Amino acid sequence: MTVMALSRSGGVHVALAALAALAGIVILPNAAPLYTLINVTLYMSMGVFALSLALLWGYGGILCFGQSAFFGLGAYAYAVAAINFGDTTLAAVFAIGVPALFAAGLGYFLFYGRLSDVYLGVITLTVTLIFFKLINSTGGDAWRIGAARLGGFNGIPTTPLLTIPFTRIPMSPAQMFIFAAISLFSTYALCKGLIVTRFGRAVIAVRENEMRAELLGYNARRLKLAVFVISAGIAGLAGLLFANSVFVSPTMFSLSMAAQVLIWVVVGGLGTLFGPVAACFALQIATAVLGKLGIVDPNIVLGLVLIIFVVFVPGGIQPAFAALLHRLMDIRADRPVAGEVAR
Amino acid sequence: MDYFLVVLFQIAGTVGNLALISVGLAVIFGMMRVINLAHGEFIMLGGFAAIFGVQAGINIWIAMLVVAPLSVAFLGIVVERLIMRRLYGRMVDTMLASWGLSLLLIGLATTFFGNRVVGIAAPVGSFQIGTYSLGAYDFVLTGIALAVFSSGYALLRFTPAGLIARATMQNREMASSLGIEPARVYAITFAIGAGLSGLAGGLLAPISGVLPTMGVAYVAKAFITVITGGASVITGTALSSVLLGSINTVSTFLTTPVIGDVALLLAATIFLRILPTGITGRIFKGAP
Amino acid sequence: MSDYLLEAKDVAMHFGGVKALDGVDFRLRKGELRCLLGPNGAGKTTFFRCLTGTHKPTRGRILFKGADIAGKERYDIARAGMGVKTQVPSLFDGLTAHENLWLALRTVKSAAEREARIADAMERVGVSALRSGVLGRMAHGQRQLVELAMVVASDPDLVLLDEPAAGMTDVEVDRLASIIRDLNRTHTVVVVEHDMHFIRMIADQVTVFHQGRILVEGHVERILADQTVRDVYLGKKHV
Repeated sequence: MTVMALSRSGGVHVALAALAALAGIVILPNAAPLYTLINVTLYMSMGVFALSLALLWGYGGILCFGQSAFFGLGAYAYAVAAINFGDTTLAAVFAIGVPALFAAGLGYFLFYGRLSDVYLGVITLTVTLIFFKLINSTGGDAWRIGAARLGGFNGIPTTPLLTIPFTRIPMSPAQMFIFAAISLFSTYALCKGLIVTRFGRAVIAVRENEMRAELLGYNARRLKLAVFVISAGIAGLAGLLFANSVFVSPTMFSLSMAAQVLIWVVVGGLGTLFGPVAACFALQIATAVLGKLGIVDPNIVLGLVLIIFVVFVPGGIQPAFAALLHRLMDIRADRPVAGEVAR
Repeated sequence: MDYFLVVLFQIAGTVGNLALISVGLAVIFGMMRVINLAHGEFIMLGGFAAIFGVQAGINIWIAMLVVAPLSVAFLGIVVERLIMRRLYGRMVDTMLASWGLSLLLIGLATTFFGNRVVGIAAPVGSFQIGTYSLGAYDFVLTGIALAVFSSGYALLRFTPAGLIARATMQNREMASSLGIEPARVYAITFAIGAGLSGLAGGLLAPISGVLPTMGVAYVAKAFITVITGGASVITGTALSSVLLGSINTVSTFLTTPVIGDVALLLAATIFLRILPTGITGRIFKGAP
Repeated sequence: MSDYLLEAKDVAMHFGGVKALDGVDFRLRKGELRCLLGPNGAGKTTFFRCLTGTHKPTRGRILFKGADIAGKERYDIARAGMGVKTQVPSLFDGLTAHENLWLALRTVKSAAEREARIADAMERVGVSALRSGVLGRMAHGQRQLVELAMVVASDPDLVLLDEPAAGMTDVEVDRLASIIRDLNRTHTVVVVEHDMHFIRMIADQVTVFHQGRILVEGHVERILADQTVRDVYLGKKHV
């Protein structure tokens, strides 16, 4: 699908997603057991996380191996701010703002140094590993920011729950679920909207051919930096949701967290938005079930899935599924999806 | 004076260690432009191979220096055949697939070997400088690293096989039009690279112990060392090991080991910003 | 404001020890169609890249519409009104021809005007039929033309074309020549080329580069008759 085709189908997709979110909000909190509700809230936080990389990598063409750095940073910023201020609304702003600011600094360093893809991947991966190491070593009373103890590898189990704005009442699991569903949907709609704006098209232009974009007068580095910052903010939001459904811990920075989000995007399809979210849900449910049954180590499943998709389904499921659908319905697509995926 | 000597020996030990854990990755990256994210797991499996060898009654030196590299090299051949061969020229995909392989190997090792640290005793003891006691094994590591690098250099510089390797590295189209079969060169390279990672794992087993998830600790360090080194496999990796190893040791002495590691990663990141093509991309261009 | 649209003063570019450009002085008036020629390695492509901002000259000034652009960023130079067609077509391969042109007209606010200009540029270059084709699947010659259409669409003050005829069939070259002559009715054009046949088809004034300097400048037929120019080309390409 190309940009114009996207803008044509975008509205329909967003409407469908809104319907799904609405159905979820109405049905699940009443029908599902608490355990399921909390789990789905967790999955949705991961879904937001998946979107952050789907936007950055799929549309910005920026290969970030350390997306978990922003995810963890958002959660820690939230926890520390909430403990210190006693108010979670401002803390939620921190959860998005701190990773975005950090990304602005890091991105300036990366993009204005004109580092190539691969180095970018390596450096972002290194950054998240640095966080992982640092936070893990913050056990003991000496490591605190204001009133908040960082807690080393234990994390911050006392992460305050989000309160309903302007009150001090913490959200119930059902309310948290609704908040997460709204966040996931809004992020999806935001990304969808973003890629058909003037800015979004320019970002795609830079992904397609940086030199040509610059010869047309686009400031490629600034565009990349901007999409990097937006993506980091979204990852921070995901961290905020995660912190409210589990709690804040250094595993958020870990290599396996960084790998998971990458796998969701690869499996869902690079250059798509819905696919990565779907893959995120499916794979999390699968690993949870497998983990509970104790038959296979989840790493084996994730590893195999990643290898198989990279080798055999390089476009990911969404394009593969769409192609299958087209064939089944015998619609001759005048422009197959390959154009968007093959880069 | 003693203190100074101790720091110097420590630096030598860290440099040797860094060089050993990086060389396998460097060979594969330098020759094939493949970033092998399963590198840490190759090291881990080398460690397990050495330990199982010792448990089976094999002499520890043979287990570390022969069994470990050979078994991982064999694994490398299989991986190259089954996965990497399909992805040459797609750099990002090779990275992703090898990341998948990394997870798979961690999962398999956890399932079959258990999620706990196993170890073997170091085959040599310690010695004294003044009031300080130092492990003699660090010297063995540094010595082996030196041996690996100098023989690697000699191999690339002075033998016909080395010439073929360097030619393929610099221009694969040209090399293949001269009748060199890149697929064969790649298969051999991948096996050698994997074998060197296995060797590092075997040699590290007595000092760090072996755990299915241990690879994570090495892959980033090795990676950053190789990229800091730049285009030349041997010279670049050696130089960047010296640079980063020194920074690591000195900052560890001044602060804590965690800060030491962070300093290493940070230094490399800043370094790459200044010299995006690494040390040998600019300064020692053309060395093997 | 000087009399010239483009004025290069003592531009030099050194790669390590190699002097790719060694003090080039160059002037171009508005409305000209100028060809830069010279054998391979003469410095014409390096000079071209200094103009587009791909290379930062080691020394010298490049005045475009009176402002020094030497060492400026590519996008700043583009925004100042320079349209560039590179030697190897540089396009957004995953997008359609229409989308490629759309991106060239980002500053046009009105959608109707933008569409009109896209249609006009495609018409002018003769690629209207390729409108919704994806660039990655087009033939080389078609890609060259779409890239030219992109440059035309953005209506720059100066059009820079680097070996636009490279890899084209004879029929395509004929058409390209007439497109470029037509373009020159409204735009100032600089063409880097080493194909003498093509230069004769389009050019009036030519500038010959040799060993990083300008060897000679003047009318195409006079220059091609010049003995020094013949010597420079001798053995490489028969005039």
